[in-house]
Amino acid sequence: MSTVKLTIDGQEVIARQDSSILQAAKSAGIKVPTLCFHERLNPIGSCHLCVVEVDGKGTPVEACKTPVADGMSVVTSSDMLAGMRRKSLQRLLAHHPLDCPICDKAGACRLQDLVFELGVRADTYEEPKDRVEVAYATSLIKYWRDRCVYCQRCAAACREIKGVGALEFVETDGVLELTVDPEKCVSCGECLQVCPTGALTENLSPLKARRFVGKKVATTCTYCGCGCQIELNVLDNRVASVIGRGDAAVNQGSMCVKGRFGYEFIGSDQRLTTPLIKRNGRFEEAGWDEALDLIARRLNKIKSEHGPDAIGGFSSARCTNEENYLFQKFMRAVIGTNNVDHCARL
Amino acid sequence: MTNPFKDVLNSKVILLTGTNTTANHPIIANYIHEAVTKRGAKLIVADPRKIKLVDISEVWLRPRVGTNVAWINGLMHVIIRDNLQAQAYIDERTTGFDELKKCLAKYTPKYVADITGIPEKDLIAAARLYATAGPGSIFYAMGITQHTSGTNNVKSLASLAMLCGNIGIEGGGVNPLRGQNNVQGACDMGGLPNVFSGYQVVTSEDIRDKFAKAWNVAKLPDKVGMAVTDMGNAAGKTIKALYIMGENPVLSDPDSHHAAKGLASLDFMVVQDIFLTETAKLADVVLPSSCFAEKDGTFTNTERKVLRVRKALDAPGAALEDYRIIAAIAKRMGYPMEYSNSSAIMDEINALTPSYGGITYARLDKEDLVWPCPTKDHPGTPILHVGRFARGQGVFFSIEYQPSAELPDMDYPFVLTTGRVHWHYHTGTMSRKGTALNRMYPEALAEINEEDAKRLRVADGDYVNIVSRRGSIKVKAVVSNMTDRGVAFVPFHFYEVAVNQLTINALDPVSRIPEYKICAVRIEKAA
Repeated sequence: MSTVKLTIDGQEVIARQDSSILQAAKSAGIKVPTLCFHERLNPIGSCHLCVVEVDGKGTPVEACKTPVADGMSVVTSSDMLAGMRRKSLQRLLAHHPLDCPICDKAGACRLQDLVFELGVRADTYEEPKDRVEVAYATSLIKYWRDRCVYCQRCAAACREIKGVGALEFVETDGVLELTVDPEKCVSCGECLQVCPTGALTENLSPLKARRFVGKKVATTCTYCGCGCQIELNVLDNRVASVIGRGDAAVNQGSMCVKGRFGYEFIGSDQRLTTPLIKRNGRFEEAGWDEALDLIARRLNKIKSEHGPDAIGGFSSARCTNEENYLFQKFMRAVIGTNNVDHCARL
Repeated sequence: MTNPFKDVLNSKVILLTGTNTTANHPIIANYIHEAVTKRGAKLIVADPRKIKLVDISEVWLRPRVGTNVAWINGLMHVIIRDNLQAQAYIDERTTGFDELKKCLAKYTPKYVADITGIPEKDLIAAARLYATAGPGSIFYAMGITQHTSGTNNVKSLASLAMLCGNIGIEGGGVNPLRGQNNVQGACDMGGLPNVFSGYQVVTSEDIRDKFAKAWNVAKLPDKVGMAVTDMGNAAGKTIKALYIMGENPVLSDPDSHHAAKGLASLDFMVVQDIFLTETAKLADVVLPSSCFAEKDGTFTNTERKVLRVRKALDAPGAALEDYRIIAAIAKRMGYPMEYSNSSAIMDEINALTPSYGGITYARLDKEDLVWPCPTKDHPGTPILHVGRFARGQGVFFSIEYQPSAELPDMDYPFVLTTGRVHWHYHTGTMSRKGTALNRMYPEALAEINEEDAKRLRVADGDYVNIVSRRGSIKVKAVVSNMTDRGVAFVPFHFYEVAVNQLTINALDPVSRIPEYKICAVRIEKAA
């Protein structure tokens, strides 16, 4: 891929010929404010925040949608641009309720950040008269229509990343409306992952934990073999939500319905909490010492009477590498058999 | 996988077979979708089910269930017939080409069409596309492996890839999609009857000596052990006791009536799990363990990337991490096993496992590492077999098509095939415990082809009895075009509709994998 040379804010930048001004600026470490732009999506151009001035063009252009050109000279910050951005943001705020105190997304909201960064006041805001709750395609996701800033990232992600295309913005009488096709939606939650505001939120956890309140733990998903990198948001020793880690090369923030919503089993009241020993066909609760002594005694006895190969062990694709290593070590070194296998084939 | 899954973005052609990727490996399906819609790659789907990715495919081959070797041989026949093979690559890097060519001679499009039902022109189009489009990757899952011919199916796909020079290059590869979070790691760590960690064989005296010395025991067993499926069959006979950690064979084994009977006749069974599973209920002792969110460690994903698992919560009640339980049993049996934490176990893995030699927690906090990664300064190996095959020359295996163990007949005229759905996972132990996924998919659904449904007078939502020689289940039907005429699909997540009571305990002779993907059943509308 050939490259071009351009100037951004007086700095000489070399960029791939097929990149946008926004990408070129980012690669040079120059920050241009954005809302609707998302790394994995085609430029949407709905928020008008990334406007920049380009020499020779009468009016500012959107950096996300404008390709670079050789010799181009770009200015990313000026009083005029700041004014335009503030105006764009005010337009969004004019119908966005300032319900940040009760919004799940507060503290992790791109809109909030931008308002703060650009110093916008919502002095023109009027509470909408008819605040309607709109049902989403699935009960796992909640759509707060008033909070929607019509960036359209959700629909783009559903179409471009997931290949599902369940979400669409339809314009009727000059008003944009998000429509969801319940036949197509599988509740993967990609839409809420990319939503920059609190317009789409998970509708599952009884716990309310803002991102900055809970303990955030980076780990690996426990379902299929993709190994998605996720973040568990933990409050009071319970998982309050799961999000995809955008910085991770494996999944780039994406997840599926199991990884995002299938966490309830962790805190299930059906979890085993104590060793159980079967006596006369019924399980009785036992202490660790009693259970472990019994196991050691019985396994030793069977080993001495029938030989080590009369004992088998199933390790687990659910467990960690360290545990699987230890399990086969136990079977081979302690029991003395190679009868160890797991569910790889099942 | 020989290649990272994101490397599919460098493929010009993708062959997808025996995988409902969108449901079972959603993130990989995303990248395949991106490769096709944004990078212009061409997609070939070869699958008896009309999976979602068929929508964006260039060619869809719909073979009869269990006829994989035939259509793969057919593709290779056409490629060689039309002289489209990568001859320089074959000459330089492989052996067995001449024998393969001889074996393929009879697999003409006509001959293959008779076995597989794939129209000749589609087979030819797919062959030409795969051979000529540029770097081509192959992705497959259990639809290829869970057959009595599973090993042969995989070898055939490897031959197809080698024939076109597609192994050891960017955008190429033969990529099995592994279905469980750490099935790759469980294999890597020696959770197999024939190898220690890093696939070091138990039959080698040198290797046994190395481990015996490190583990401080006089000697280690030299005889290859039994596979899961064989241990199940021997339970109560030569196998007297089983120690089961985090597995639920009562639901996951084929012909599960038989499997449960075996387990029930053991002298002693210990199950270590997070729930009282159907298997745990049969145990003499049940030990409460920790789930992924309650422990530190690593998982290895399907692309051989080692990923950190970090403790976020305390386990409930007296539950303990599995590694502490194993060590405690060992200690009471007279073998001291002391590790201060999971990182200390990784140190031992590093020392004894060449492919994991350089994979430390300190490095994993900063970078992604893909094994083989033998030393602390080795960058890892995202693509295997670059320049030369790990074993030296790549071998073409000449393989003949062999029919599945149980084919439909007058009494059992339908093919039953099993698998997973988008919203659940394996035996449902985790995915069915919460409300979320049950809201989306509350009960087992048997997918039945539209024409069959009409003939059976079954409507969407009706219950049907599906009966095999081994058992019978009553299940709600969904009339769909996912399956072909004469084929029904039932997921295996549901204990109350335990489809593995129907499946056949016929195993691949090499890998010992059960033939879950095909057995014969009859279907009747339930009263």
